Amino acid sequence: MMADSDSADVALIGNTDLTSSESENNIVNTMVEKGTALLRKIEINVPEAEKRTGKNTVNMQETYTAYLIETRPAESLPEGSVPATPDSLWRRYSEFELLRMYLLVTYPYIIIPPLPEKRAEFVWHKLSADNLDPDFVERRRVGLENFLLRVASHPVLSTDKIFYRFLTEEKKWKDEVLETGFQDKADSRLKSLSAMYRVKNPDKKFTALKLYSDELSAAISQLLRVRARVADRLYGVYKVHGNYGRVFSEWSAIEKEMGDGLQSAGHHMDTYAASIDDILEEEEHYADQLKEYLFYTDAVRSVCRKHELIQYELETAAQDLVSKKQQKEELTTGTVRIFSLKGMTSKIFGQESQEQRESRLAALEQSIQEGEEALKEKNKECQEFLQTAWEDIERFKEQKDRDLRDALINYAIMQITMCKKGIQVWSNAKECFNKM
Amino acid sequence: MSAGAPRGLASSGQKPIGEILHPLCVAEEPLSPGPDVTVDTEGEKEAVLTNGTPVETSSPASASSLFNRLQLDDDLEADGRDPYASTEAHDLFVTVDDPKKHVSTMETYITYRVSTKTTRIEFDLPEYCVRRRYQDFDWLRIKLEDSQPTHLIPPLPEKFVMKGVVDRFSEDFVETRMKALDKFLKRVADHPVLSFNPHLNAFLSAKDLNKRQGLALLTKVGESVKHVAGGYKLKVRPAEFCAMGEYLDTFSQKLGTIDRIAQRILFLQSEYLTEVREYSSVYSSWAGSEEELQRPLEGVSCTVSKSCQALEDLSENMGQDFLPVLREYVLYVESMKNVLRKRDQSQAEYEGRLEAAVLRRQEDKSPIPVEVEKCQDRVECFNADLKADWERWQSNKRQDFKQLLTGVADKNIHYFETCQAAWESFITVLQDKQTEDRTGETN
Repeated sequence: MMADSDSADVALIGNTDLTSSESENNIVNTMVEKGTALLRKIEINVPEAEKRTGKNTVNMQETYTAYLIETRPAESLPEGSVPATPDSLWRRYSEFELLRMYLLVTYPYIIIPPLPEKRAEFVWHKLSADNLDPDFVERRRVGLENFLLRVASHPVLSTDKIFYRFLTEEKKWKDEVLETGFQDKADSRLKSLSAMYRVKNPDKKFTALKLYSDELSAAISQLLRVRARVADRLYGVYKVHGNYGRVFSEWSAIEKEMGDGLQSAGHHMDTYAASIDDILEEEEHYADQLKEYLFYTDAVRSVCRKHELIQYELETAAQDLVSKKQQKEELTTGTVRIFSLKGMTSKIFGQESQEQRESRLAALEQSIQEGEEALKEKNKECQEFLQTAWEDIERFKEQKDRDLRDALINYAIMQITMCKKGIQVWSNAKECFNKM
Repeated sequence: MSAGAPRGLASSGQKPIGEILHPLCVAEEPLSPGPDVTVDTEGEKEAVLTNGTPVETSSPASASSLFNRLQLDDDLEADGRDPYASTEAHDLFVTVDDPKKHVSTMETYITYRVSTKTTRIEFDLPEYCVRRRYQDFDWLRIKLEDSQPTHLIPPLPEKFVMKGVVDRFSEDFVETRMKALDKFLKRVADHPVLSFNPHLNAFLSAKDLNKRQGLALLTKVGESVKHVAGGYKLKVRPAEFCAMGEYLDTFSQKLGTIDRIAQRILFLQSEYLTEVREYSSVYSSWAGSEEELQRPLEGVSCTVSKSCQALEDLSENMGQDFLPVLREYVLYVESMKNVLRKRDQSQAEYEGRLEAAVLRRQEDKSPIPVEVEKCQDRVECFNADLKADWERWQSNKRQDFKQLLTGVADKNIHYFETCQAAWESFITVLQDKQTEDRTGETN
């Protein structure tokens, strides 16, 4: 399932022979060593976005945005040498989606990093929900860069060849990714994900994880909704202060000594009103960080469901084997323990011949052997999945705790900056009032 | 008669200059009415004690104003801003505080303690302490307006409150009203002419204001005074009074706009607060499903709540301190406009009478009657008083608004400082806990 490792010093996470504690150490180490082998080799950027027009698949004109992906060697260059020009290619959002779908299908036990949202959601009134709006495009550019960096810093995903080609081969990449045949798997995956099935012995840890990801998803959604409303109200409060600017200016016209003070104070009120634009724009970045984890919960749920499917298949295989063995027992002992049409008809219409019985028995023996092989395979698959998935889940949990903690601290820093700006403006206004 | 009063002359009302006593003279008649005095003025009529003895209504000292007249011109300019500041004696201090509710069978009302400290000889005692209700303040104001029609009387807080909309006995309402009454009284006490008004004296010192009769009579008087001037049309209003009128119009317009803006801000802030409260609780409930993140999430929730509280305080302050003062000035402006109108009427009356008298003189050589000259005096006194009061008002207005607006700035600064401190403490606590945890792990 996994792509070949580039070199021996690649993170050993993919090796399922490791015990969980050892693999944890490895996770910590690779983080400390600043990421993966891939990132030690190259630097990845998405520095630009460009509006394009072209013909789409149904030969109609359409406008879309293309994003520039730049890669350059990561090593620091010796002094005096000219830095190599970076390799670069252009990709549109749909190609990113294709890459992600490939990763989802190829690594079902990995929590695949999410893409930035397709359409602007949780907007408050100022933001345009238009996909071609420059602010939205800018934030999407940042989000796509973030996605690539997440994949490139993942111990398993960073080793994938198709991913590397995505970064380096503009034209032929699409054919290459389709040649992997992942789309067939994608179809069946989609079917299995939407299918309803019940697992008899659900894994406790996965059940807890699914519950947690639902809670996290609900919490972040609600937070984003309320934050949008808060932003909208705060915008109103700041903007109305701008009216003070205008009225102070008008008032200063009829005053003698008070005039200058009022006029300058009015300018500060205008500054105050204008400051909210930058403040809220910065806050969008915070909202984007939350959104990433909101979308991450989908990926977590994906892994849980995949596990459920494997578990279900395992249980089904085991159940199959049990019923076949019972059939065999019946055939050999002649007792009917389970109802079968053949059994009933033979009762009604008479026993089958010895030859028929023996051929059926042989077929059953074969089937049982195949079933036992299949069960062993399924078991192995399940165990492997469990192990690799939990490694990644632990890694994800630590990443999530780190990232969200940082996001909250950055939010606090943003608030402090906002307060400092407020103090500055009102202190300036106060000085003007004092001069009245 | 004197052609034009020298700059800075304020008069005591309707007495010609020659009859005003020198400020250093001792008054012959007692000035503070006793508890059983009904003081009323009706045009030229003198006040009488209940036993019929007349009482001087004019103050013997438009003290500061006379001083000014005697001073050299440079001294007048000593204090550039307020020509009266250097000569005003700060010898009358009044305070309004200690509101108390009174319940009787007929009604429930609030009284306030009015404390006076003074060295003035017009008062029998150096200190007084009386209780007054809003009605009493209203009485005083009407008395002042009618006895000193050429002067600007400071406004009172609004009289009528919609029952059911505003709770007349709520702490906030009473506190706001009390502050406005205190300001009213202080402004009157600081006025060089109004502070010597006998009605003020009665208000501050009398045990029980016997005012019902006076009040009824006064309302009749007020109307009659208005009627007298009604029939005359003003020829040309002097430019300076036109300017005053224009200024007042624009100024009250701007005040209205500021009031609306402030109210809008308060409204938007309260909507914002509603959302922020929910914002805080969302962080808190998220914290419930986390382990490592519980602490930071609770921290954010807590800090957001603190900011909320700080903003509530700011809004409350604005509602209690900023808006009432703004509205008070709107009333002040209305008062001012009224005085300007009265001045116009007085000028119109004089011009009308003069015209009639001149016509008669042309017909039958009869001399210009004394009333006409008295009218001219009135107009000139009125103009002088008004100009003096205007300067004073402008100066006070500047101080008041400087104080008011600096106050607003201070409160906003305080709000942001509180929020900043809360967020900084959040980060510090979080980082301290992290170092604690780390050292715990390595140990």
